[in-house]
Amino acid sequence: MRSVKQTAPYTATQNACNLCAPLGAALVFKGIANALPLLHGSQGCSTYIRRYMISHFKEPLDIACSNFGEDTAIFGGGANLKLALDNIRRQYHPELIGIATTCLSETIGDDVPMFIQAYKAAFQNACRDEQLPALVHVATPSYQGTHMEGFHGAVRALIQTLAGREAAEGPPAMNLFPGMVSPADLRHLKEIVIDFGLEATVVPDYSDTLNGPLWTEYQRIPEGGTPVNALRRAGAGVASLECGLLLAAEKETAGTWLATQFDVPLHRQGLPIGISQSDRLFDTLAAVSGKAIPQKYTDQRGRLLDALVDGHKHLSGVRVAIFGEEDLVAGLAAFCGELGIFPVLCATGGGRGRFADTVRKVMPDYCRDQMQILEDVDFVTIEKKLAEMDGEVDLLIGHSKGYTMSRRLGKPLIRVGFPVHDRVDGSRLLHLGYRGAQQLFDRIANTLIQVKQERNEIGYTYF
Amino acid sequence: MAKATSKLATESIKLENHDPEKIKARLLAKYPPKVARKRAKQIVVNKVDRDGKVPVISSNVRTVPGLIGQRGCCYAGCKGVVLGPTRDIINITHGPIGCGYYSWLTRRNQTDPDKAANGQASDGHNFMTYCFSTDMQDEEIIFGGEKKLKQAIQEAYDNFKPKAIAVFSTCPVGLIGDDVHAVCREMKAKLGINVFGFSCEGYKGVSQSAGHHIANNGIFTHVVGLDDTITAGKYRINLLGEYNIGGDAFEIERLFERCGITLVSSYSGNSSIDAFANSHTADLNLIMCHRSINYVAEMMETKYGVPWIKVNFIGAAATAKSLRKIAQYFDEEELTAQVEAVIADELPAVTAACEEIRPRTVGKRAMLFVGGSRAHHYQELFGELGIKTLSAGYEFGHRDDYEGRRVLPDIKVDADSRNIEELEIQPDPERFHPRIDEAKRKTLEAEGLGFSDYEGMMPEMPDGSMVIDDLSQYETDELIRIFKPDLFCAGIKEKYAVQKHGIPLKQLHSYDYGGPYAGFKGAINFYKEIDRMVNSRVWEYMQAPWEASPELSATYAWE
Repeated sequence: MRSVKQTAPYTATQNACNLCAPLGAALVFKGIANALPLLHGSQGCSTYIRRYMISHFKEPLDIACSNFGEDTAIFGGGANLKLALDNIRRQYHPELIGIATTCLSETIGDDVPMFIQAYKAAFQNACRDEQLPALVHVATPSYQGTHMEGFHGAVRALIQTLAGREAAEGPPAMNLFPGMVSPADLRHLKEIVIDFGLEATVVPDYSDTLNGPLWTEYQRIPEGGTPVNALRRAGAGVASLECGLLLAAEKETAGTWLATQFDVPLHRQGLPIGISQSDRLFDTLAAVSGKAIPQKYTDQRGRLLDALVDGHKHLSGVRVAIFGEEDLVAGLAAFCGELGIFPVLCATGGGRGRFADTVRKVMPDYCRDQMQILEDVDFVTIEKKLAEMDGEVDLLIGHSKGYTMSRRLGKPLIRVGFPVHDRVDGSRLLHLGYRGAQQLFDRIANTLIQVKQERNEIGYTYF
Repeated sequence: MAKATSKLATESIKLENHDPEKIKARLLAKYPPKVARKRAKQIVVNKVDRDGKVPVISSNVRTVPGLIGQRGCCYAGCKGVVLGPTRDIINITHGPIGCGYYSWLTRRNQTDPDKAANGQASDGHNFMTYCFSTDMQDEEIIFGGEKKLKQAIQEAYDNFKPKAIAVFSTCPVGLIGDDVHAVCREMKAKLGINVFGFSCEGYKGVSQSAGHHIANNGIFTHVVGLDDTITAGKYRINLLGEYNIGGDAFEIERLFERCGITLVSSYSGNSSIDAFANSHTADLNLIMCHRSINYVAEMMETKYGVPWIKVNFIGAAATAKSLRKIAQYFDEEELTAQVEAVIADELPAVTAACEEIRPRTVGKRAMLFVGGSRAHHYQELFGELGIKTLSAGYEFGHRDDYEGRRVLPDIKVDADSRNIEELEIQPDPERFHPRIDEAKRKTLEAEGLGFSDYEGMMPEMPDGSMVIDDLSQYETDELIRIFKPDLFCAGIKEKYAVQKHGIPLKQLHSYDYGGPYAGFKGAINFYKEIDRMVNSRVWEYMQAPWEASPELSATYAWE
């Protein structure tokens, strides 16, 4: 984790390139069916995180809170948590409440697992006619790691708390841990898995909860998400697939838990961005399902390669800087390598100390040793580095917070990942699979053509 | 039209055959008895007595855990709301990264760095696009963060050479016992610039309101009164509680300029620290958002003798009224004539716009749950469009914002409020001078100019309308199901849930990236915006044809 490794000399963070851990956890809990996230701490945390995530997803996004006051900070948050759980149950009847801590409750040392245990005991004594929602706790002090640690921590907590081998109905399912991707990505992954004839438990699955239609009927908690029952069956899964190059080296993840506790075979790979990582995804799914890759996808792959050949002239030798979540940046860098684009700078606010090595491993020889790879950095550092490379960058790929940098440098920004709050399609951006690669390729190529066109005095329209 | 809509109180509103008490019971039905009792006092059916008295509403009380509300925290009120819009102070968040990140230019405050305070040369400083944080890690939680805070201040100074640096404490800072004020004093002495800190840990108080108070105290203690220069200009005023969302302050400044009124300082839309330092030299304080800024006005009056009046530049009639109040106070023919000329010049365009749009908006029904003053102010604009306000409430208001300052002596100070420091202010031995004498004040008061007074929202709302404090998401959903209003006003957290029901939501925090809505030009913008929202064709398509008439889908199937 980054926290223990703070590099000397200390510099203050200006314009951070990462968010805090409870945000990642709240996002995961939003991807569970009929669930409600609860932040154990000051109400500001839930309000800030709600308002921030909503600016990206543009969807209802309720996060409850245990509303610490000054006395709670002194005497502990046990009573507040109990009251919060009572009220949430009465108003929302959720099947699951995901409890993530904050720096406040962590600093005072609240023993949340003990609070939960006491709550369960009291509940069993009192109301037997009602089902207690599953209570899942994850420790997410925001002074440790980034939102990605919160995200993966919450996925692990869900599995560790709930997974078993309870009577599996229907065909055996595979567990899919896609990482922090967009609702459009999740939808595409589910489609692929179904096309292989597989059932999949996707954790988390906020494809509907955070990108749903208008409601014709009232919904207290938006429909969709990973069913809690599916989580309980995860131990009986035929295989697990975990995406993310950095995540793949973590020792304690949802996938490793299922592997060690329930012998569920674990497949690990990068986010399926670009050709080779998508190929791996399809290979794995073919192996797990025992079925050939459906024609639909070989066609998609074929069309992608055809487009790459046609568009290579626009992309070859183009220099980009990529920033954002570590696994996303690693995936995008690998894809750029496949396109003949040179990622001269890759940066993340996280990185877990393994970012540079991980990225280098997936890069082709021609750029491997000439890249700037920065981890645990903020935008001021990124921009300084880019300024040093004066004029050597053609394009930026990253999230909305890079906009001011793109404006100052006069280089276009291709928006990917999270947060995207200055475009309307944050939830609909597709990054994964051949289709995701196709869309990324199209957006990159079109942006480059547009720049060429605008700079051209004659105004050619044939490219 | 743009006719004055104040004193709506003479009307009463029927909640469309709903019994408000039954609705209240429905809102409370799912709460445990203790919670229901608490919320019951925060849900009030309005009734205005002849002398303007309204029912008591419980407010500024802690939100019950598990009720998903709108409120933010103390840090948000201090750093985000009050100090955030000042362009030339470097604001350093002392804490883990989240708080700083989430308050990083998210409030749409606009500023004009090329315009310096009081005609001085501009330094072009604008740090609002930056997010400075000590990004606390494990070590600081264990060993303390003062050392890193000092380094962060030094670094900010070295990189930007700002005039001032402010430090904002987040939750863990108060718990681990970092003395940010000592650090600030030390760095102030070392760097020779103004460095000051705020103990605005998120768990303090019950909402962002606590942070407003702490911010007011801090600015007043560390900044106001540092520069006694009386700069040129007639009719020198401060505008308080205007945060320049969507350019509101620019529009109000435009009107001031046209009228010949000199704005010394704004708190804090389009503001600079130099203007704060000099603001005690103004002759009148105007308060827009009473909740967030009345403390500075009160303290400035006690210490320097600057009186304050409540104004409202939201709504054409309200804008005209507020300008006239200023003219009434200065009581000079030249200003009165100019104010009247400006109103006469600006109003026809507003009236024309309103007349064109009003037929499409009249009779629509709105609900407003926002802020500490916007839920009140925007009822003016809706009134001009013929839109009824069925229900309204504040996110972080106090009883005086609802019922008027007349109830101030009756407000019980609970433990949460007691923890927020109330500064003891004395008249400044040299610089206190009352801007108007007692006799003049009495005359003006007799003429209807209320000093140090705010009547509150409820006396201007019709009988029978529901006033709800600190509305929860659950209650929001219930209200929408019951009333199906034509328009809901709140913020981004509520926006998409409400719109899922097919009801447009106007964000009154960020203005949905539109604005300005203040002043005369702002009113026109708002009329057009509301017309667009309530009459958008998209709602017609919500039901697909085969859903509207099932026999149609049968036909399709048959074919």
